[in-house]
Amino acid sequence: MEHKASVLENLADVRAMIKRHKRNDTLFAAIGLLCLMFGLVTLMLLFWQLIADGYPKFNIDFLTEFPSRRAGRAGLLSAWVGSLLVMVVTFLTAVPVGVAAGLYLEEYAPKNWFTDLIEINVSNLAGVPSIIYGLLALGLFVYMLDFGQSILTAGLTLGLLILPIVIVSTREAIRSIPVSIREAAYGVGATKWQVVYDHVFKYSYGGILTGIIIGMARALGETAPIITIGALTFIAFLPPSPITTEPPFLNFEWLSSGFTVMPIQMFNWLSRPDHAFHVNAAATGALIIIVTLLMNGTAIWLRYKIRKNIKW
Amino acid sequence: MQAPVQLTISPRLAKNIRRNVKERMIELILMLAALVAVATTFAIVGVLLYESLSFFKTVSVVEFFTDTQWTPLFEEAHYGIMPLVSGTLTTSAIALAVAVPIGTIAAIFLSEFASHKTRETIKPILELLVGVPTVVFGYFALFFVTPLLQSIYPELPSFNMLGAGIVMGIMIIPYIASMSEDAMRAVPMSMREGSYAMGATRFQTAIKVVTPAAVSGIVAAYILAISRAVGETMVVAIAAGQQPNLTFNPLESAATITAYIVQVAMGDLPHGSIGYQSIFAAGLVLMAMTLSFNIIGHWVRKKYRESY
Repeated sequence: MEHKASVLENLADVRAMIKRHKRNDTLFAAIGLLCLMFGLVTLMLLFWQLIADGYPKFNIDFLTEFPSRRAGRAGLLSAWVGSLLVMVVTFLTAVPVGVAAGLYLEEYAPKNWFTDLIEINVSNLAGVPSIIYGLLALGLFVYMLDFGQSILTAGLTLGLLILPIVIVSTREAIRSIPVSIREAAYGVGATKWQVVYDHVFKYSYGGILTGIIIGMARALGETAPIITIGALTFIAFLPPSPITTEPPFLNFEWLSSGFTVMPIQMFNWLSRPDHAFHVNAAATGALIIIVTLLMNGTAIWLRYKIRKNIKW
Repeated sequence: MQAPVQLTISPRLAKNIRRNVKERMIELILMLAALVAVATTFAIVGVLLYESLSFFKTVSVVEFFTDTQWTPLFEEAHYGIMPLVSGTLTTSAIALAVAVPIGTIAAIFLSEFASHKTRETIKPILELLVGVPTVVFGYFALFFVTPLLQSIYPELPSFNMLGAGIVMGIMIIPYIASMSEDAMRAVPMSMREGSYAMGATRFQTAIKVVTPAAVSGIVAAYILAISRAVGETMVVAIAAGQQPNLTFNPLESAATITAYIVQVAMGDLPHGSIGYQSIFAAGLVLMAMTLSFNIIGHWVRKKYRESY
């Protein structure tokens, strides 16, 4: 009799414990959801506020006017053209070098201390703060190589900055290509380069593209290194056009031209005491966010699509 | 007269030689591209050391680390890096105090509690948010968070480390959440199944089994987040103030190492002046700080990785 009672009591204890644990489970799930939502919702709210603040400037004039002393008339023309031209240089630097380096490290490099050195370097470079790249550019490109505070300097700097991103994503994309593909190509007599270029590179194209887009989005929003090289903040002219009407149709003077980019223009407007300029800053910020989110979104969508489609 | 001996190479062999030469050339070019990464590192260290050496010809190392004032651009110049370091550490500490708990709990939720569909939706959004440019966050700190804090604590100056730090923390949450979630996902399912089979709840499994198993990845995420906070520039340059100030009080305004570099670069300092050199010395300190955090992070990940 006594024994039975203790079992029953025990059972009640166990039931209570299970109940308690289940409650803990639900409680923690609620806290977890709250934390996750805090991160996401706060950010969404902030973006929404930014768009709302900048809304009065969302018109075509904002994109076709030069900066001005009068906030109402000031526009982004020189900044977005500058951003575009800098991105061209960045693309032309980071993509060929980064993809080539990725191909070398994954397909050619022998396993030795030298390859290890390169690999350690790449992963360390990814963790170097962007402003340090600005100091590198200031010392090396601006003064030692005498490129001046030009589009060329800015493009090269950002190119070096996103190089690790391009290298790492190229390697990851290549690594997912199975060995059998390479063996098949070698089997029909292809040389190493033919295997690497016609097969490995072409099949990993999507993954490489993902990395390039993410890198370019990063470069577009990067402010600190460009401020450090001494980009001007008030530019009321456009660099010479890269394309001319007379042969040879290309003109490289724009490379050495002074410039400003969108994040710097935003920073400049932010640091003015006059509130009217802050509206311009918000509109610029909204534009930068929309463009970078679109780029990153495309990249992530591309990655998920590739992951789903390819089944070797 | 004898006809000169003509060395004929068969067309096939000639083609082979051409092919080999081309292959070698391509390999060389690809290797040169990979060497750009090494060259960049050497160039960074070289430029920082070169300009800093000229700086330390004027300023003694002892003064650099013990002086409590940083006023290189003033008439009566002081060169003590400590005020900038204190600003950097304070803003980073606030950022981590915000991001570490929220990021970790969010990661545990995402990895252990959320449904497959939720995870597949949220994860790309987190990755998307990691890529938002930092200059935008400076705007938030200056125009939303600081006014909000001022409504609670009216004496708060409009440039302060607290607001900048909090925004930096919010900025880092997706980074920590995403990396920690990756680490927890890598814990094999069989460990969870074992735990459930013993009668553990989800919460117990998450806290007592999965998190300890993933701790190397989680700690590495924290350390890389520290390095990111220390090197972060635009938020602090916009919202934390420009005045070097030896304090750990988050309610005050103070410049960080990065904010100082931006401030000097915005002005027009002649190349070779002491002010110009001082940003490289500051950059060297920054580089040393982030590099050591990065190395510790990689070391932790390697050393404490449980292999299954």
